[in-house]
Amino acid sequence: MQKVLLSGNEAVARGAYEAGIRVATAYPGTPSTEILQAVADNYPDIYCEWSVNEKVAVEVAIGASFGGVRSLSAMKHVGLNVAADPFFSLAYIGSATGGMVIVSADDPSMHSSQNEQDNRNYGRHAKVPVLEPADSQEAKDFTVWAIKISERFDTPVILRLTTRISHSKSVVELGEPVKPNKATYEKDVNQRMILPAIARKMRIKVEERLKKLIEWGEDCPLNIMEIRDKKAGVITCGVTYHHVREVAPELSTLKLGMVYPIPPKLVRKFTDSVKELYIVEELDPFIEMELNHLGIFPKKGKDVVPVLYELNPERVEAALKGEPDPISPPMPSDIPNRPPVLCPGCPHTGVFYNLHRMKARATGDIGCYTLGALPPLSAMDTCVCMGASLGNALGLEKALGEEFNKNLFAVIGESTFIHSGITGLVNCIYNKGNTNLIILDNRATAMTGHQPNPATGVTLMGETTHELDLAELARACGASYVAEVDPYDLAKTRKALEEASESEGVSVVISKRPCALIVRDEWKPALRVDVEACNGCRLCLQVGCPALSMKEKIAVIDRVLCTGCGVCAQVCPEEAILERAVI
Amino acid sequence: MLIAGVGGQGIILASEIIALSAMKEGLDVKKAEVHGMSQRGGSVVSTLRYGQKVFSPLIKSGTADILLGFEKLEAYRTAQAVKPDGVIIVNDQEIYPITVASGKAKYPQNLDQLLVQTGRKVIKIDAYNIAKELGEVRAVNVVILGALASQLDLNKESWLSAIKERVPKKAVQVNLKAFQKGWEVGEKQV
Repeated sequence: MQKVLLSGNEAVARGAYEAGIRVATAYPGTPSTEILQAVADNYPDIYCEWSVNEKVAVEVAIGASFGGVRSLSAMKHVGLNVAADPFFSLAYIGSATGGMVIVSADDPSMHSSQNEQDNRNYGRHAKVPVLEPADSQEAKDFTVWAIKISERFDTPVILRLTTRISHSKSVVELGEPVKPNKATYEKDVNQRMILPAIARKMRIKVEERLKKLIEWGEDCPLNIMEIRDKKAGVITCGVTYHHVREVAPELSTLKLGMVYPIPPKLVRKFTDSVKELYIVEELDPFIEMELNHLGIFPKKGKDVVPVLYELNPERVEAALKGEPDPISPPMPSDIPNRPPVLCPGCPHTGVFYNLHRMKARATGDIGCYTLGALPPLSAMDTCVCMGASLGNALGLEKALGEEFNKNLFAVIGESTFIHSGITGLVNCIYNKGNTNLIILDNRATAMTGHQPNPATGVTLMGETTHELDLAELARACGASYVAEVDPYDLAKTRKALEEASESEGVSVVISKRPCALIVRDEWKPALRVDVEACNGCRLCLQVGCPALSMKEKIAVIDRVLCTGCGVCAQVCPEEAILERAVI
Repeated sequence: MLIAGVGGQGIILASEIIALSAMKEGLDVKKAEVHGMSQRGGSVVSTLRYGQKVFSPLIKSGTADILLGFEKLEAYRTAQAVKPDGVIIVNDQEIYPITVASGKAKYPQNLDQLLVQTGRKVIKIDAYNIAKELGEVRAVNVVILGALASQLDLNKESWLSAIKERVPKKAVQVNLKAFQKGWEVGEKQV
């Protein structure tokens, strides 16, 4: 068969195709986003959608399974928290009529996330099997296996990826696709109505299913035992297996492709084959606790393998040798950092500049605009989780009173607002808040790569659809003041923000302007600095635009980076920043 | 090998072409990078390994054979990850981080010297001006790849066919020229 270079995410999409999956759903989230993008780009036979959030994504996939169709739902680790409600019900309901795989892409080291929760724990918590591939080949193969297991054992299957699997590329040998299931629907209340009386019966099924899965795991092809040196052996899973092979090629290994449930006989066979047992796993002592429960205690485990952050070959080597953890590689310390920044021409800048000047308080949310918290804008105070800005603002108001609320704004992007901010808005209005909300509508789910969303009027499959009118929605919820502004116009934006804070009831200001990266053809010529007029006051630097810097006490605009948005020109008291055409 | 630079410089495309070239020779390849928040103008490092059999996609610090620096400060930041007798190919370009642009920090003026002081062999290439002379500034990455290719043992044909596969159709010719120019500059510095 043909060999191709695929990322773990692209390989999962290919696996979905080979497994006969016909419905795939997701909400974008790093490091999982490219799975659905790859499905949409390469496999037109699969219906795919950006759902409004992970909970809805899983519910759509469950519906497909009810209809006899194999389905996949992909999300980042914290997305499974949002989808936990349908997921836990699904664990009881099962997936006998159409196999279901839930892809959880975890982010050890929090490269692009707010926490580093280890979603293998969801397997134990919901009593469903967890598969963990170690490279792209396995990411594809395990997706096919997940569907087989799901249908055979009547259970959803978690396919747990990590950033190093999702975003690493390696060689994949493709397989032949199987025929998809035939879509049918038969009413089956005893399998699908999770009422207490029925759930109590399902509960028994769940325990029996686990026993069968354990039995299957004893000699399944996903768990691979390799005996080399009998002096010591390592139980491991995922990409960590490759780190171990890299630094200690002589050690025997048991690689658990199905990391939950753990097969005790196989584990004992391995521990009996080697003198010393080590467990090397990233993040939580998940395998270790399972083994402890069986009365097996490793010679080396989480006492030496760090529990924090992503592992790599040098950390694994140090742990096995008993040396101090080289937690960060050696780097020169005396050079400037390069933190991520809002892009030149970013429409959020105009809003954050105003909030900064107003000395406003802002509860923030999750997206590119979280970067508005960094200097020089320093315009956001909090960030908790998707949609939290509204609830946080109301809580502050209830705790500190209406006066505090006057200069307090909840700031959220349009995609995040649709994901889980709408309920927060309804709650503010219902509970008689005076909350001021800013929706940053940049016509894309930008941070994850500009996916369309309900406010853009386009679907993942490229079809036009109803475009959600955010202003109408805010009015329908009961907002007393609603304004739409162009954030490139600093004065009008400021005026709307002040009116919002003065007006009674919940106010909503919608900042409307497409992300600069999706309208490159609309960029204006780079601006220039009139060196005679510039007095070096540095006020323009307060905008935080990467295209602006100072050289010899005069502002300089980078011609390649500048998008001509004109925000800095509005800030300059000397009117020294000019359009090029004026020359 | 490591590829270091600033989000937005086309590092992911470059590492893609290297990986594909190695794959075309029947070798095992793994590459790793991080997407998402760091892409917004932050430091980016991609790791790439090829050979008969590759286990980890990551590289132990201080053992990389080659560092491809797309930007000088980022090359210096990553330099110690290269083995002491390794090679650093550095693009002669400076991009100021926001900490420098806003006056909070100073961009080091002696990076060329600092890089040489690391003891690794340094190959400097003015990829921007080479690409500009060819009339396509967007071919900067491929100029750098040419310099890299001159230092590696992969066949030139593999590189050329990988470039043809991954760059936009109408830009193939100029990119092939860019690759050749980069190769020549790299070769001279052996």
